[in-house]
Amino acid sequence: MPEQSSHSSGPDIHSEEFLHRLMKRQLRLSITCAATFMLLLLGLPLANYLFPQFMSIRVAGFTLTWLILGVLFFPFVWIISWVFIKRSMALENEEADAANKGKP
Amino acid sequence: MINIFGVEADIWIVAFSLITVIVTIGMGFWSASKSKTAGDFFVAGRSVSVGWNASAISGEYLSAASFMGIAGMVMNSGYDALWYPVCYACGYLFLLLFIAGPLRRFGAYTIPDFAEGRFDSPLFRKIAVVFVLFIGFFYTMPQMKGAGTALSYIFKGLPYEIGVIVVGVVITFNVALGGMKGITLVQAFQYWAKMFAIAVPVFVLMAVYGDYGKHLGVNAAPVSQPAVESVIRQPLPEKAPADEKWISPFGPLTSKAAVRAKLPPEEQKPYSLLYTYSLIIAIVCGTAGLPHILVRFYTNPDGAAAKRTTMWVMILIGVFYLFPPVFGVLGRNLLPDLYSGVGAKGTDKVVLELPRILNGQCPGLGSIMSGIACAGAFAAFMSTFSGLLVSMTGALAHDVYGRMLRPKSTPAQRMRAFKISSVVIGAVAILLGTQVEGLEINFMVGQAFAIAAASYFPLLFMSAWWRGMTMQGAAAGMLGGGICALIGVALTNASDLGKIPLNDFWVAHPLVRILCEQPAIWTVPLAITLMIVVSKLTRKSIPSDIRMKMLVLHAPEKLGLKQEYIQEHSSGH
Repeated sequence: MPEQSSHSSGPDIHSEEFLHRLMKRQLRLSITCAATFMLLLLGLPLANYLFPQFMSIRVAGFTLTWLILGVLFFPFVWIISWVFIKRSMALENEEADAANKGKP
Repeated sequence: MINIFGVEADIWIVAFSLITVIVTIGMGFWSASKSKTAGDFFVAGRSVSVGWNASAISGEYLSAASFMGIAGMVMNSGYDALWYPVCYACGYLFLLLFIAGPLRRFGAYTIPDFAEGRFDSPLFRKIAVVFVLFIGFFYTMPQMKGAGTALSYIFKGLPYEIGVIVVGVVITFNVALGGMKGITLVQAFQYWAKMFAIAVPVFVLMAVYGDYGKHLGVNAAPVSQPAVESVIRQPLPEKAPADEKWISPFGPLTSKAAVRAKLPPEEQKPYSLLYTYSLIIAIVCGTAGLPHILVRFYTNPDGAAAKRTTMWVMILIGVFYLFPPVFGVLGRNLLPDLYSGVGAKGTDKVVLELPRILNGQCPGLGSIMSGIACAGAFAAFMSTFSGLLVSMTGALAHDVYGRMLRPKSTPAQRMRAFKISSVVIGAVAILLGTQVEGLEINFMVGQAFAIAAASYFPLLFMSAWWRGMTMQGAAAGMLGGGICALIGVALTNASDLGKIPLNDFWVAHPLVRILCEQPAIWTVPLAITLMIVVSKLTRKSIPSDIRMKMLVLHAPEKLGLKQEYIQEHSSGH
């Protein structure tokens, strides 16, 4: 909120606007992370379906699709959750600081 | 080899298993004597560090399905079974993204607590309790299969049913006598025991017989690439799936219904794709709605610690899940005899039996490794079965007896009710467990998740994010979705076990079979639709303080709205 004047005491946390905006921001963050994750999770069966030849290329004994699903998927999920945790904690701190602004 | 009551057993394996049982029971009683009440448990838990708590959640989460079932299923069905471990771990992400934060801020310990608090409805609490009890049995069945399989492996010639009864009775009495409360220390210990028990045999086996990639590499690729013959391989029996089917997506697991219907190969693939998607939805959403996992989000000092804990749980579980498929892959090449076994003699015991082949290289080593694996299996099904028994008994004794049947009962009566309830639930679980020898462990857990995905997940997700939800809508969606999934799953299992004759029907209608066996793809949308439609129709009964509830669910904990809410609520009544 760049336009906050110095004498205002931050948003009223019981107001409709505060709740609405808070939930919207949280939901947007969660959905962005979920969508990134779903892209790979739901995309992989489709890739197996459409490009079976490509997905069965051998990498160190593994087929490509086995390597992705059985090994590489886990680090990918760790990265998404790490990003989500960082962002959601920043979001909470920002909202809490804004709401506490001007309070004694 | 020793001989006990006429059954053969390996001394090392018996010793390791027995030590696990004794240590588990002992630690349970020791820590139960330190914390007397459920309140103690939660308060004590709040001082627990992130590392301990993450280990404890992971320990509670890794059941017989994770420890034994995944390996067995990978060996049996190949690639398609890999979706299970991946989605078990990934479901946690959904829990983190959509459910963990709001529920933690709201301070509801269980699904019935949340159901009552969010909708101010004691009636909905009762519905939720009955449902929790009912679904709990679906989780106990695979644990019992794990127990029966392990015991009939350890004691050659012991019937499967006896194994189920022995383990079931031991755990039931342990719970009834007050041991095995879900204590952080015990659960954390269980995680590391399971991790050790699965990782050590894998590394030793790979060092002796060749690594993961090599063993996978000998399975012929569907494209014209020569197979790498660098590991020794036992001949596959007739019942085993062919190499190409096994290593490729859309193999025996997902194409079963279409193959039975004798569809040509090119027409099978769309069915397999549908099955795969439905399976993914079931497990990801099912994990996000797992009731006995949610509780532990409150044993963190604050929301930030809870999130960090979830991150660590995902890492701990993810690392664990790298190992069971290795057993499946190695087992296919080194111990293919298991394909010919049925029930408890089948691939579900590959984790336990495979390390024994090391005896051929170095006498004694195989027995010790197999003993370690058995110890892990005991840790797995004992912790999960005890945890389920405690939470189901709690629901039956406190909610059904203490609140519904006899609200005026004394503490002593309630204590007795708890003991009787645990025996009743234990007996039902044992009885069900003896019936499911023919079903794969992992398959059964997947089905329990499918039911949770269509009931708990929509309930938690919609209640946390949509303020227009009413009690009627929530109940209609949870029961509608959950019961449809339950019927589908029950029909599949009953016909597979030969209890009802539906095989001709399945052959004629492969699509119906898939939608019954893996119902999540239609029951999850059904539940959400029911919730929206019924809530819109009953708009008048939206709780009057909905804005405050939503604020508590979503506002940062720093603002201290929870205390404000509790004060308002208690003064209002």
